[in-house]
Amino acid sequence: MNRADVIATDSAPRPAWQMYRAMVGVGVVCALLIVAVYLATLDVIARNQVEALERAVLEVVPGAVRFAQRDDLGQPVYAAFDAAGALAGIALEAQGMGYQDTVRILYGYDPAREQVVGLRVLQSRETPGLGDRVETDAAFRANFAALDVRLAPDGAGLLHPVQLVKPGEKTQAWQIDAISGATITSSAVARMLAASAAQWVPILHARRAEFVAPKEATDGD
Amino acid sequence: MAIEQRDAPAADDLLKGLWRENPVFVQLLGMCPVLAVTNSAINGLSMGIATLFVLVLSNTLVSLLRRAIPREVRIATFILIIASFVTVVDYLIQAVSLELHKSLGAFISLIVVNCLILGRAEAFASRHGVSRAVLDGLGMGLGFTFALLCMGAVRELLGSGTLFGVAVLPDAFQPWVVMVLPGGGFFTLGALLLLINHMQARRAASAIPVEQA
Amino acid sequence: MSAPGRTLAIETSPHLASGASVDTIMRNVVYALLPVTCWAVYLFGLSALLVLVTAVLSCVLTEHLLCRAAGRPTSVRDWSVVITGLLYGLTLPPALPLWMVATGGVIGVALGKSLFGGLGYNAFNPALVGRVFLQAAFPTAMTTWYPAQLSGRFTELPAAVLTFPFAKPDFDGVTAATPLAQMKFDQVATPAGELLLGTTAGSTGETGALLILAGGAWLVARNMMNWRIPAAIFATVAACSALLHWAYPAQYPGPVFMLFSGGLMLGAVFMATDMVASPITRRGVVLYGVLIGALVVVIRLWGGMPEGVMYAILLGNAASPHIDNLVRPRVFGTSRGRAQ
Repeated sequence: MNRADVIATDSAPRPAWQMYRAMVGVGVVCALLIVAVYLATLDVIARNQVEALERAVLEVVPGAVRFAQRDDLGQPVYAAFDAAGALAGIALEAQGMGYQDTVRILYGYDPAREQVVGLRVLQSRETPGLGDRVETDAAFRANFAALDVRLAPDGAGLLHPVQLVKPGEKTQAWQIDAISGATITSSAVARMLAASAAQWVPILHARRAEFVAPKEATDGD
Repeated sequence: MAIEQRDAPAADDLLKGLWRENPVFVQLLGMCPVLAVTNSAINGLSMGIATLFVLVLSNTLVSLLRRAIPREVRIATFILIIASFVTVVDYLIQAVSLELHKSLGAFISLIVVNCLILGRAEAFASRHGVSRAVLDGLGMGLGFTFALLCMGAVRELLGSGTLFGVAVLPDAFQPWVVMVLPGGGFFTLGALLLLINHMQARRAASAIPVEQA
Repeated sequence: MSAPGRTLAIETSPHLASGASVDTIMRNVVYALLPVTCWAVYLFGLSALLVLVTAVLSCVLTEHLLCRAAGRPTSVRDWSVVITGLLYGLTLPPALPLWMVATGGVIGVALGKSLFGGLGYNAFNPALVGRVFLQAAFPTAMTTWYPAQLSGRFTELPAAVLTFPFAKPDFDGVTAATPLAQMKFDQVATPAGELLLGTTAGSTGETGALLILAGGAWLVARNMMNWRIPAAIFATVAACSALLHWAYPAQYPGPVFMLFSGGLMLGAVFMATDMVASPITRRGVVLYGVLIGALVVVIRLWGGMPEGVMYAILLGNAASPHIDNLVRPRVFGTSRGRAQ
């Protein structure tokens, strides 16, 4: 093998400055490279994130065409508006322990109808074929199309707390039918929704007038 | 240099990684992504391509800088170079698809510690010219991608009845959930290794009598 | 050179043989399992019979074919694989599709036994390897139970049993929850009498607690089973659950329920006592039983699944060489640190 092609294998110790020079030099080149790629992809990544969020929000609030984020309530809430600029619903995130790991959901609340109008699983690592049916099972998802979360007359809590019942035993609009064979995950989803709704529905309902469509009422695209 | 290339032709630098020295099926390198992210064909393919990208670029840079890097700090420098390209790939994947980035998860960052990449930098790129280093990286990366794609396709087919997300098996097929769980990675790798070793043993057995004849 | 009859035979110890060879012991284990098996067929009918026959046939055939493929004499005649198949069948839900039964049998014997080198080398109980694979691969089918003593059980089969290979089974309406699942998800305790007789939903052979104990006692009486293993498991489970039940009676079930529900009886008596995969020292065996018992309690009460005997025994199998190493007596004259 050609000696010149090989990193020098002689055993004589090298002055330290050569090592510093090599490492700092490579470090600078790499840093420049990373910064360049970061700047080049920054806009695209930000746009991807907004789009992903928009898809999720618009899915859990049927009829909405755009949304505005609000951060001053302690956790981000997403007010979604229909084509006429009226408030179609408010989406917010909830999370809790599933069977394997934390499950994160996003659900939509319609203050006018006082109902949960949609729910989507954002992140879950539940068992494929069992627990992950909370994302796909049509009958289970139908629970969240119009789930009753009316406020009690004093406005401080729910009239009927969200409740999980055995598969096929749903009789009231505030009950959720569990999935048979995915009891743990469906009860986890119901539990996190119940807790989040009990905390947030009174607040959101009281302040529903504050959610107005942003100025540019007719969106260009 | 010229003499050396005649000893090991350029085509061989490219081809050896595809089959004869396949990083997964023969060298059993970089098992962490091989077992962890191959639960679907698309995950396997994209992880393979990400690794291929890092491997080719790091081989190139290491080969270019091979005379400037002192031997004492070579590993640290190689890791620095590899880590930078991994960060680049991380941003690029986020730009292409957030969904894909989410499903590959932490394993993108873990390309840094894939011993295949450091191994090629140390064993090949730092001892050969740029063109051969690029061919070597390309061959090894393609071999790695091929192996991950095989694993992903088998696991997705058995575990969900789909291939690249398209249903290929009839609706009545009962998916083998274990195949998309971590355990399925071990089963699939074991079965593929068995198959490959069996094929090679048979080929070796049938080659001997021909030579003697 | 030497004349016939005058050869000096030199042998190493042991010089006394008890006459109990592998196949004698194994055949006796099969006898001990027969009452449970018959009871299972009586409780769950035709489907249980088909499941058991398929389980035994798939295990025996796999062993036979793999022995032939490896060019070894077939080891089917030592009965050990029949026990594996029988035990494996007894742990399955009574209406499991037969193609799944056969798949698990092949996997259990091939991966759990032959791959390690056959009888005597397996690190894990092969029957449980087959079952754990099925549990991971087909979780829905493995947790669909049929009630015991259905009226038409000897004349008709549930549709799911004869599902075409690799197709999704279609479970019809009459499913039931096991006592453990009822306890975990609905806080309903099953009466002890039903548990003892086994007239509850569950795996084919796990419900006849009294017959399992009788079979075990017969083997112990013939000195063919290490009674310390089930004794240690039962004692640990009983002690832990009694303590918890005494402290929080509303939250945790009592020891009788814990002992007689689920697969604990079958697992402790016939699976944990697998001669190959359990420790060999007297103290090691007790430690092994305590470990399995503690794991059963932990998985059942605080885990996500209602039942954990299978995982507890497999983990115990994995630990048994280390347990033996831990309790190995010190060689006389050596210090603790240097004992090999």
